[in-house]
Amino acid sequence: MQPVEQRDEVEMLSLMLLIRRFEERASQQYQAQKIGGFCHLYIGQEAVVTGAVAAVRDDDYIITAYRDHAHALARGTSANACMAELFGKETGCSRGLGGSMHFFDKQHHMYGGHAIVAAHVPLAVGLAFAIKYRSEDRVTLCFFGDGAINQGSFHEALNLAALYELPIVFICENNLFAMGTSVKRSTSLKQIVDRAEGYDIPGEIVDGMNFREVRDKVAEVVDSIRKEPHPAFLEARTYRYRGHSMSDPASYRTKDELEKYRLDDPITRLRAQLTREGKLTNEQFDRLDKQAKETVLAAVEFAEQSPQPPLDKLYDYTYADGAVEAGVPAASESRKAGSPANLQESAAGTAAATEKKA
Amino acid sequence: MREITYRQALNEALAEELERDPNVFLMGEEVGEYQGAYKVSHGLLERFGPRRIIDTPISENGFAGLGVGAAMVGLRPIIEFMTFSFSLVAFDQVVNNAPNMFTMSGGQFNIPITFRGPNGPAHQLGATHSHATENFYASVPGLKVCAPATPRDAKGLLKTAVRDNNPVLVLEAELLYSSKGMVEPPDEDLLIPLGKAETKREGSDVSIICYSQTVPLALKVASQLEEEDISAEIVDLRSIKPLDEKAVFDSVAKTHRVVIVEQDHPFCGVGAEICYRIQKHIFDELDAPIIRVSQEDVPMPYNERLEQAVLPNADKLIAAVKQVCYA
Repeated sequence: MQPVEQRDEVEMLSLMLLIRRFEERASQQYQAQKIGGFCHLYIGQEAVVTGAVAAVRDDDYIITAYRDHAHALARGTSANACMAELFGKETGCSRGLGGSMHFFDKQHHMYGGHAIVAAHVPLAVGLAFAIKYRSEDRVTLCFFGDGAINQGSFHEALNLAALYELPIVFICENNLFAMGTSVKRSTSLKQIVDRAEGYDIPGEIVDGMNFREVRDKVAEVVDSIRKEPHPAFLEARTYRYRGHSMSDPASYRTKDELEKYRLDDPITRLRAQLTREGKLTNEQFDRLDKQAKETVLAAVEFAEQSPQPPLDKLYDYTYADGAVEAGVPAASESRKAGSPANLQESAAGTAAATEKKA
Repeated sequence: MREITYRQALNEALAEELERDPNVFLMGEEVGEYQGAYKVSHGLLERFGPRRIIDTPISENGFAGLGVGAAMVGLRPIIEFMTFSFSLVAFDQVVNNAPNMFTMSGGQFNIPITFRGPNGPAHQLGATHSHATENFYASVPGLKVCAPATPRDAKGLLKTAVRDNNPVLVLEAELLYSSKGMVEPPDEDLLIPLGKAETKREGSDVSIICYSQTVPLALKVASQLEEEDISAEIVDLRSIKPLDEKAVFDSVAKTHRVVIVEQDHPFCGVGAEICYRIQKHIFDELDAPIIRVSQEDVPMPYNERLEQAVLPNADKLIAAVKQVCYA
C-alpha cells in the first residue's frame, strides 16, 4: 500500500489562505461583472476540504457539488485555471464551458463540480465502484452539503455503496443552510450523521472548523478503507460566512450567529495552533497571506488576458471523437444554415457586453 | 447466416463485448440471478461472474449514476433498464449527467456508457409502462439513440454502442424479443454503425419511414399494398440520432411520397423532425404532403381495444399511404 505523504501544516495553512483570497477576489470580480452565472463561495469552510485532501493520496478521487472552487484549488488546480474558468475563458479548468459550478481537473483526479444537488453522489459511488472493480487501493472522497441529504439520489447512492462495500468517504459539509433553509427546517433527524446509520455505514461528526481534526479523522477512516473497502460517513460541522450565492444577502440568519463562527475561524485557528507550537511567526504568516493575494491577483490578470473559447469549436465538445458531427446532419445543417451569421452576431453581442462591463 | 431471435442476438452481443473488453460490465435489476427480466442476459452471470454481471436494487437513479461515474474513469458500463419507462426515474442521470459531462469538463471526461432495455408500448401495460422515450432522448445533445427492429440490427447496433465513446441508448422492444431473423455466425464481429438507415424493402411509389416496432408493421403493410399495385419502399432508420438524413432523402427523391410511422407521440415526435428536414432540403421532390402515423396524443389506456386505437396499425398506415398516393 502506497503511504500518504505527510503534508506540511504551514503549507496547508497557505492553501487555506489561497482559497480564502481566491474567493474574496472572485466575489469582487463577480460584482465587477467579469464573472457570470451563479457563484457560490467557500469562505469559512476551508478546513474541511484542506483537511480532507491532506489525508489522502494525490491519486485518490474527489468529487463535489457546486461550491467547488476550493476543491479544485486544494487538489492542485492552479489559481489561474480556476479564475479563468470563472471568466469563461479557454484557459479555464473546464475550457470556459463549465463555469463556477462545473470545475473539472482530470490530471488532479478532481471529478467535478456538479450543480444538481446530490446528483453527483451516485457518480461518486461509480468512481468507488471502478476502484473496487480494478482491485485498486484508492479511495473516493465525496463532498456534498447538508442540502443533499434529503434527495433520493443521495439515499440510493448510500445504499449501493454499502451493499457493494465500496471504498468511499461521504463527507457532508454541514454549513447549517441549504440555500436559505436551515437544517432544522429541512431534515427530520436531529443530527445528519444518523443518515449513515440507516445504511449500516459508520459515521462520525467532526469539527469542520478545525483543520487538524478533519485531517486526522479522514486519515483514520481512509486507512481503514484501504485495508478493507467499505463506505464511511463524516459530518463536518462548518459555516459559510457568505450567502448561498452572490445574490444572497443571507438575511435568514443573525449577525450574532455569523460573528460566533467568525471567532472560530479555521484559518485563525490553525494559525494560532502553529504559532503556539513555535512553527509559525507572525512575519511568516503575513508573508504567506501576501503570497496568496499576489497569486490570486496574477490569476485575475491571467484570466483577463486569456482568449475566449473559439466559436468555431462550439461543436467540438458535444461528442467524444467528434464522430457524430460528421454523421449528424442536424449539427452540420445548423452550422451551414444559420450558424456563421448567427454566431458572428452573438459574438458581437458578447463583445459588446464585455465592453459595457469593462 | 443462421436464424436466431432478437433476444438471442442481444445476448450474443453482450457476451461478445464482455468477452472482448474487461472494462465492460452489465448492471441492472434482475440481470444476474434472475437471468434478466426478459432473459436477455440469460447465462451471463454463470459465464462472467458477479463482478461483471451485477444485480442492483430497484434504484434506477442510483445505478444509472453509478454507471456514469464508473465511465468517467474509463469503465464501459452497460446499464439495463427493465423498461425505458423506468429510465424516467433516472432521467437526471441520463439527461443531465451522462451527456453533459464531456462539454462541462471541456472535453476531459467522455462517458462511454450504454443504456439499454425495452422501450415503447408492449401489450396492455397501461400508461406508466408504455412510454416510447425516443423523442425525449433524441432531443438531448450528447446522447446517441438507436432503435433496432431486427435481430441482426439489434446485435450489430448493441455491439457498436458498447464500443462508442459516448452515452448511447439502445432502445429495444418487448414485442420484438421473440421475433426471428438471419444473423451472421458468432465468429463474425458484426458491427452496424450508428447513423445508418437500411432500406428493408425496395419500392417506387411511396417511402415509408419507420424504426423499431413499426418496421414489421410497415413490411406487412407493404405486402398488402403490393396486391393493390402500390409499391412501398421501407426505410428503417435503425438510429434516431444520429439520423441518416441521406437515406431518407434518397428514398424520397425516388418515390416523391412519404409516410412516417413512429411509435412515439405526435407532438414533437421523431417524425416531426424528419418532416422538417424533408421539406427544408428537398421540398421540390414532394408530390404530396407528408403524413405521420404515430400514437394518439393520450396516455396509454389499459383496455385492449382502446390501446389498439391509440397505436399505429395497419389500417391507419394503409389509409395514410393511400392518401399520399391519392389512391
